[in-house]
Amino acid sequence: MFSQLRTLWTVFIHLFQRNETVKYPEEMPYQAPRYRGRIILTRDPDGEERCVACNLCAVACPVDCIALQKTEKEEDGRWYPEFFRINFSRCIMCGMCEEACPTYAIQLTPDFELCEYDRNNMVYEKKHLLIDGTGKYPDYSFWQVAGKTIEGKEKGQAKNELPPVDVKSLLP
Amino acid sequence: MFESINWSYILILPVIMGALGGALVLVWWERRALGFFQDRLGPNRVGWFGILQSVADAIKLITKDDWVPPFGDRVLFVLSPIFVAGAMLMAFVVLPLGPGLIIADSNIAILWVLAMSSLAVYGVLLAGLASNNKYSLLGGLRSAAQMVTYEVFIGLSLLGVVILTGSFSLKDVVDAQKDLWFCVPQCVGLVIFVIAGLAESHRLPFDLPEAEHELTAGFHTEYSGMKFALIMAAEYLSLILISALIVILFFGGWHGFGFLPGVVWFGLKFLLVINFFILLRAAIPRPRYDQLMSLGWKILLPLSLLNLLITGALVLWMQ
Repeated sequence: MFSQLRTLWTVFIHLFQRNETVKYPEEMPYQAPRYRGRIILTRDPDGEERCVACNLCAVACPVDCIALQKTEKEEDGRWYPEFFRINFSRCIMCGMCEEACPTYAIQLTPDFELCEYDRNNMVYEKKHLLIDGTGKYPDYSFWQVAGKTIEGKEKGQAKNELPPVDVKSLLP
Repeated sequence: MFESINWSYILILPVIMGALGGALVLVWWERRALGFFQDRLGPNRVGWFGILQSVADAIKLITKDDWVPPFGDRVLFVLSPIFVAGAMLMAFVVLPLGPGLIIADSNIAILWVLAMSSLAVYGVLLAGLASNNKYSLLGGLRSAAQMVTYEVFIGLSLLGVVILTGSFSLKDVVDAQKDLWFCVPQCVGLVIFVIAGLAESHRLPFDLPEAEHELTAGFHTEYSGMKFALIMAAEYLSLILISALIVILFFGGWHGFGFLPGVVWFGLKFLLVINFFILLRAAIPRPRYDQLMSLGWKILLPLSLLNLLITGALVLWMQ
């Protein structure tokens, strides 16, 4: 009986406490920097695409909302996606693609306002996804630390990379 | 010719409109107040501070498919919401809202109100039965048992008031509280009446006939559209009725402290009681069904009999 009265009093006191509600369209709630929202594709510090079309994000995606096709640049030997398509009407914003990505190309942003009247508009192509900046990792450049040869960078010239071992030589 | 007309019948329309409009506003205000109690805002979009929320709800309910289950009793299914709301509205006839503001000053007003609120139970029971659905039937059964239990001492708790007044007329009851409100000599009766009134109007601590966690929606599981709206309106009408009765029977009706007209005092006290009921809904969890029954038969019934006995003895002794 006493506990019931105490409950009444406790709930009544809550009448005078501040509301937790954020009036969303008028005022924006705080978005943590690591909030998982709309997906973007980022670029290297030198302005080239980071994505190497390895398909790991498409494999990691639990709802199969990512589709891409690998192709190569004739002039410098870089790999890049011919098309890169994310179906945001399927995407569950789980961030698995971001974790799987070896080049920090695919990243999730705090933007969550994805609304369309036509469902087809929820399918984002590469031109919608690709941004001009580097996203969360401003200094990382995959091609400068990877062992693959591209134009202007032979084997052994990448950062932290030793010169290639000459397997035909007997010298230590 | 005009002498034969009872002018208080003009009040019928305002009272009905007021009760139904009050129920509409109450739907919104209850959600809003519940929100405040739970540190949120509640519906605040439609109209000024969300006051037109009920209108939006009503428009939605009107445009919904008004489905009658083909496997149930179609006639009873359609009739029972009308029955519930009609019986509830009938009870408003005898409520004195202010000095002279009463449609019918009956000498059996208390009995009339109790009879009408008991009639509404038939509507609930028939709604559960006519739906031909497990949940509805269970809800109907529960409401029947709950009403039979609490009907017994909702009357007994009022008998103390009736003894002190010496009349069943609600107008006489209010007049008898000119000096001392009955909430002082009849405090036990007040507590019992509040609990029984909650059970009678199946408000949240005692909403076992429609406990949504156990019975989806209880007796009105199959109802949709405006028939559902009518049942909801009847629920809120019964809340308004019980609150008005508590004010009239225990808190001195229109009697106040002078500087305001009687109707305003009645309204203020009425709003306080309504908000107390909303606070009860926000705070108190629902008891188990056997707890509800044992509370009724083992505690409240003996207590109300004792209250009746002591009140009667004291009144006889004072004479």
